[in-house]
Amino acid sequence: MNPGSQMPGSHDRSLAADLPRLALLSVLGLLFLMPYIWMVSVSLKPLDEVWRASMSLIPETFAIERNYGRVFREVPIGRYLLNGAIVCFGILVFQLAFALPAGYAMAKLNFRGRETLFAFVMLGLLIPAHVPAIPLYIAFAQTGILNTYAALIAPSTISVFAIFMFRQFFRAMPDELIHAARMDGLGEWSIVWRIIVPNAWPAATAFAIFSVVAHWNDLFWPLIAVSGKGELATPALGVIYFRTEEAGDDFGALMAAATITTIPLVAAFLLAQRRFIEGITMTGLKG
Amino acid sequence: MAGIVLDRIEKAFGETRVLKGVSLGFDAGAFVSLVGPSGCGKTTLLRIIAGLERADAGMVSIAGRDVTGLRAADRDVAMVFQNYALYPHMTVEQNMALPLVMRRLSAVERAPFLGRLVSGTGERRTAIKAEVAEAAKLLSIGHLMERRPGQLSGGQRQRVALGRAIVRHPKAFLMDEPLSNLDAALRHDMRRELVDLHKRVGVTTVYVTHDQAEAMTMSDRVAVMLGGNVLQFGSPREVYEQPATIEVAKFIGSPRINILPGEAGAEGRISVVGAATDAVAPRTTGKLDIGIRPEHLVIADDGLAIIVRHVEFLGSEVLVYARDTSGGDHLTVRLDPQAWERAASHETLTVAPQPGKLLAFDAAGNRVGLISTETAAQVQAHVPSRRVPRYV
Amino acid sequence: MSDVALPASLATAPAKERAGHGEALAAWLLTLPAIVAFVLMLLIPTLAVVAIAFTDYELGAPALRYVGLANFAELMEDRGFVTSFRNTAFFVAVTTPVSIVGGLMLALLIEGGTRGRAFFRAVFFLPVVSLMVAMATAFQYMFHPTIGPVNAALRALGIVGPNWLGSSDSVMWTLAIIGVWEQVGFNMVLFLAGLTAISRDLYAAAEVDGVRSAWSRFWTVTWPLLGPTSLFVLTITMIRSLRVFDIVATLTQGGPNKASEVLLYTMYTEGFTFFRMGYSAAITVVFLLAVVVLMLLQTRVLDRRVHYG
Repeated sequence: MNPGSQMPGSHDRSLAADLPRLALLSVLGLLFLMPYIWMVSVSLKPLDEVWRASMSLIPETFAIERNYGRVFREVPIGRYLLNGAIVCFGILVFQLAFALPAGYAMAKLNFRGRETLFAFVMLGLLIPAHVPAIPLYIAFAQTGILNTYAALIAPSTISVFAIFMFRQFFRAMPDELIHAARMDGLGEWSIVWRIIVPNAWPAATAFAIFSVVAHWNDLFWPLIAVSGKGELATPALGVIYFRTEEAGDDFGALMAAATITTIPLVAAFLLAQRRFIEGITMTGLKG
Repeated sequence: MAGIVLDRIEKAFGETRVLKGVSLGFDAGAFVSLVGPSGCGKTTLLRIIAGLERADAGMVSIAGRDVTGLRAADRDVAMVFQNYALYPHMTVEQNMALPLVMRRLSAVERAPFLGRLVSGTGERRTAIKAEVAEAAKLLSIGHLMERRPGQLSGGQRQRVALGRAIVRHPKAFLMDEPLSNLDAALRHDMRRELVDLHKRVGVTTVYVTHDQAEAMTMSDRVAVMLGGNVLQFGSPREVYEQPATIEVAKFIGSPRINILPGEAGAEGRISVVGAATDAVAPRTTGKLDIGIRPEHLVIADDGLAIIVRHVEFLGSEVLVYARDTSGGDHLTVRLDPQAWERAASHETLTVAPQPGKLLAFDAAGNRVGLISTETAAQVQAHVPSRRVPRYV
Repeated sequence: MSDVALPASLATAPAKERAGHGEALAAWLLTLPAIVAFVLMLLIPTLAVVAIAFTDYELGAPALRYVGLANFAELMEDRGFVTSFRNTAFFVAVTTPVSIVGGLMLALLIEGGTRGRAFFRAVFFLPVVSLMVAMATAFQYMFHPTIGPVNAALRALGIVGPNWLGSSDSVMWTLAIIGVWEQVGFNMVLFLAGLTAISRDLYAAAEVDGVRSAWSRFWTVTWPLLGPTSLFVLTITMIRSLRVFDIVATLTQGGPNKASEVLLYTMYTEGFTFFRMGYSAAITVVFLLAVVVLMLLQTRVLDRRVHYG
């Protein structure tokens, strides 16, 4: 005798009962993936097919060389990807180098001014990254470092969010670990190097993902800091260059450029899904 | 019998068979414990009785009604959870009122503003409030009505959970290790209170616990479970004195029963690790596992020789941890405090079982009935006896 | 055993004081790099931008003059800025509720069963890790009035689709659609975390209490316990929407006719195309105030109501 409603508790549900939910999710999922599907599809199509306005996804003729070739010929897209990697990596290194020790100190060490520093951290969380842009630009322009990797990396080296996050993380770490190290005779510096840094791995990787995604995708600051047709463009900027380059009508090539610059992070995401989601949403599961 | 009947309940999760055909039946108003180590299936069984899980096979009947196909909300049972499961966003009063609100007010009447417009809602809510107050009084939590669960202590939360269960006057209370999150002292007090509550309210109660002492002290009957089966279902006294299997004997009683290798020799005379005893296993020969509880061993002149490893003085009793000299098996002996001097100062002791307290188990783990040598002699001498002597 | 005499060095300063000294020094050394970077890259520039907002500074100009609130006054008169502010408010007002409700619904759907969780989670989260400039370009193709598949599909149904990105009536709506697409996955994951944090026992207790339908379950247990998560999602979404820039810079550059001007884009053009730094700084200050107000709203007004002790 089967009551109409299911017993609550998702173990028991049969495939049949689950189908409506799965069907709905599949339809929505397909809608969501449309941009990607079309992006790849059009990147493979020759111009005449694109302009035919057909709804077919599979190209009749493949124009891979034409589209992707055009991207590679007209803009140094490989260089842009490399720039993205360099900039993201550079930013991350500095962020960790600054935030990890600071987070630890604020979490575990007792010193006067700790509370004031933390107040500043909280204040910093209120300030979006776009706010310091103008004065930084002026300063970089005056000191002549615009259009360099330094200009792209420097402003993001301070991540108040990272400090906040590491502090939370280290606070959750048992004090005993550090007391034991002190009793074993380790000086403060050794403690940081030998105990804190190795144990910060989970928090560091989660943050790394968050940081890389944010900066790989950043358009605002590179747009400001890189001028002309700089060789220093990041992937986001590179796509913009390509757009203006070919006057926006060659959708095939345009989609090729879009695909090329999107693939790196999407691929990384698909390989390490859970880490990605943890990293990006850690923007305060503490609420 | 208008209590609870379970008939051949089976349940598997994927490949794992958690319940392998459990049948139990007891009267209305009984306090029954399901006790066993973790993984034995007791919680699953409770949830099947509640209607939170559906059995793969078998029947559940509550108060004479076959509820096998009904969902929990339709079974008129109440449940108390290990973690209390109180709604954190509701006050104590709202928590306790919810079961009544859900059952007596329709969806529209429950709605925040619209509800007030429907006539009759007001009276019903007042009635509910009164019933909640009554239950709260019974549990002495009347002064906590406006608080939220987050502001209460563990013991208070437990009472609110109980209150939520009582307020409905259900056909059965189902309790899933409700005391395990409390500290030891509180647990002891709550045990008494639960038993008192049960006496007063008189509702059939099924109580799941892994703590055999809890089960023994609170229940009318105890179901000892292991590996998805009920090994024995009987009164606390029965499972203690007449365990059906060696597993039951090992689970019930603290400190754990001593199991020693023994033998039924000629005419079934029992010897334990070589030492002769006064017990006979009728019509049995061969190897047996002999069980003797620590509290049933006394220091004697004649009996089993043991080497004392360690002695614990607990004030009310003395525990001797020893090894038997011949076989090397471990043994625990519980003695009166007066025996301390003797136990502490000797390296070896001789212990003997109190008469009639030996338990014997065959190779399959089932208990073998024992009788005293006297009775055996009488039987042998063809002394007419109407009744087959029960084991001693 | 007789007492052992303590070596002199150990006997000098009281242990606690000495440890504190070493600790404090280490602490300052550890935080120094962060402090320097904070001051140079965050603190001073922020104060500077506020200061510049009160001047008429233009890049390359020889000198600047203090003009008080003139920039702000101009902002309020400037139709371009007013449109920009309104467009941004529109964008936030549309994307926020849709992406929150959407995220919640997706989370409930995914959490409602065991099959396909990781898969669907990945599908909807993909936009969050994707390069928005590139995806905006893909949307441009999709929403193209003549060759785009969206209008082609509508045509097949007999409907004439609008000029999504090219018409001033529909451009902000189109951008809002893209904005929702971008945000839903993020909110969904936050809600998923909130949902999994709700104890299963509460649902069991509710069932036993007579809470039968999925609808009642949602209102009795799920929604109240999602309180803190929902609040967080609300604030985060509003702030992220406020920061809309990439899609405007890529697709419309504020057009057609300023119909899609948004705060940050206006700030960008004023400051870096026209180099009117003072004016742009004033816009930045407005932007900063908006963000601060939103965050304070969360902590002060709503936070208390939503945490259950």
